[in-house]
Amino acid sequence: MLLLTCPNCGIAAEETELGAGGEAHITRYGAGSADDDFETYLFMRKNARGVHFERWRHSNGCGKWFHAARCTMTLEVFGTYSAQTFEPPKDLIKKIKKKRPDWEGFVK
Amino acid sequence: MRRYSAFAIAREATRYHTGWERAWRAPEPKKEYDVIIVGGGGHGLATAFYLGKNFGITNVAIIEKGWLGGGNTGRNTTIIRSNYLQDPSAAIYEKARSLYETMSQDLNYNVMFSPRGVIMLAQTEHEIRGYKRTAHANALQGVTTEWIEPAKVKELCPIIELKGPRFPVLGGLWQARGGTARHDAVAWGYARACSDMGMDIIQKCEVTGVEQSNGQVTGVETTKGRIGCKKLGMVVAGHSSALAEMAGFRLPMESVALQALVSEPIKPVMDVVIMANTVHGYLSQSDKGEMVIGGGTDAYNNYTQRGSFHHVEETVRALNETFPMLSRLKMLRQWGGIVDVTGDRSPIIGKTPLGGCFVNCGWGTGGFKAIPGSGWAFAETLAKGEPGELAGAFGMERFIEGRFIDESVAAGVAH
Ligand SMILES: Cc1cc2nc3c(=O)[nH]c(=O)nc-3n(C[C@H](O)[C@H](O)[C@H](O)COP(=O)(O)OP(=O)(O)OC[C@H]3O[C@@H](n4cnc5c(N)ncnc54)[C@H](O)[C@@H]3O)c2cc1C
Ligand SMILES: [Zn+2]
Repeated sequence: MLLLTCPNCGIAAEETELGAGGEAHITRYGAGSADDDFETYLFMRKNARGVHFERWRHSNGCGKWFHAARCTMTLEVFGTYSAQTFEPPKDLIKKIKKKRPDWEGFVK
Repeated sequence: MRRYSAFAIAREATRYHTGWERAWRAPEPKKEYDVIIVGGGGHGLATAFYLGKNFGITNVAIIEKGWLGGGNTGRNTTIIRSNYLQDPSAAIYEKARSLYETMSQDLNYNVMFSPRGVIMLAQTEHEIRGYKRTAHANALQGVTTEWIEPAKVKELCPIIELKGPRFPVLGGLWQARGGTARHDAVAWGYARACSDMGMDIIQKCEVTGVEQSNGQVTGVETTKGRIGCKKLGMVVAGHSSALAEMAGFRLPMESVALQALVSEPIKPVMDVVIMANTVHGYLSQSDKGEMVIGGGTDAYNNYTQRGSFHHVEETVRALNETFPMLSRLKMLRQWGGIVDVTGDRSPIIGKTPLGGCFVNCGWGTGGFKAIPGSGWAFAETLAKGEPGELAGAFGMERFIEGRFIDESVAAGVAH
């Protein structure tokens, strides 16, 4: 079972306590934007094999959203961080890079 | 190719079965093909088969990184039905179901198609309305289905408990001509027929790159070297995003794990297929006697071919309520497959931003039933360079146009 530590309340929560929210750091487009931007925002996904940044909600806990970095090939969790950001924290990226030297790095 | 027949069995019985041939050849890749199909699952193999059969295109290679049918094709619970809500879905799934009826004869390979009938249980008021609506839609589409009352459900499936405490059985959508087939046999039967037409089936060969020149595909990089092609068909289910990235585009898709489990074998207790979508479990009995149980998908992106344990727990809990006699069964095996789920839960068949490169994916949790229809439609797309009538609505431009084929509402869950 996946265990993620919620950065909002500090609890190490099991997967059944959490709601998965999909890919993180997606640029949002609203009414009036170009069709392909809107399509990219709503439907296009990296669906990465390997390092994946994603949104989670501590739904059966404090109720707040946060972000996690996880490997979709091994389920290894690299870390969790606040949702109030546009990109993953530098030290987390460094940590992942060390573990996965072949990783291309964070791309939007 | 020597045909399989009762006579062949008798002949081989008299000579210690020394005369059986390999079902398909295992050649080294040629330098170039007219068409390369990436992915040796049911959809890839069926596509190759119909390229040859319907369009006479046989200079074809099917490239598979593992073994034939080792992806979702060999991992699914083999439910076949065509009672979908939307017209384009009903058309392609019904085409597939009808092709399943003659597949063993067409391929000279016993795929054990068993049209034993499928009931989709209604266990909430919402489902009653939904399934009645589907039954009406199916009547207009020419797909034979029927709304049945609980007593009829009990008659068709005596081991069911109608008055479960949480989710009583309120009726069901019955498709008498749905059923199951032997999943490996579908892949093997197509492979044997393709090989016989002169196509090359190349296993244990992973595609690692897509080569292009001036916006046109020219070949693929593989673990067995470069192989050239004029046209490329990507049919790799859960790995479609990875292939698309190699070709330089993205897909409206996410990959998640869907799991299934089987019980120890028991005497025949159930000769229909039951799907219980509200409680999320589906059930049939295999010819070996095992109860074959399909579970839920994990909610997060995953490529590990196993699923979360709590889904097994939820599925088994729900099924015990509806089939109390199952509670005494031991479960033998559990496994997962990586399914490719699109934004509207319908597949993508059609062109891509790269010229000569076509994609057939997004069958998600419910594509086994579609294999022959999908192969038929995608072969046409590859041969003509344009999708035909069956595939037309499934192009990925539907996401930018907002023209969804919304089966997520109709199917609710894994289907
Ligand atoms: C547990 C479970 C239960 C299911 N139950 C049902 C059901 O009851 N009814 C139903 O209709 N459907 C069901 N499905 C869905 C069904 O299994 C799939 O939709 C269908 O099998 C997909 O077939 P495919 O040929 O597209 O993919 P696959 O069979 O997965 O084939 C894709 C192939 O591509 C290969 N590949 C991937 N990347 C590469 C590469 N880079 N190079 C070369 N080869 C590559 C893979 O190894 C794989 O063999 C279920 C699925 C699962 C997992
Ligand atoms: Zn929390």
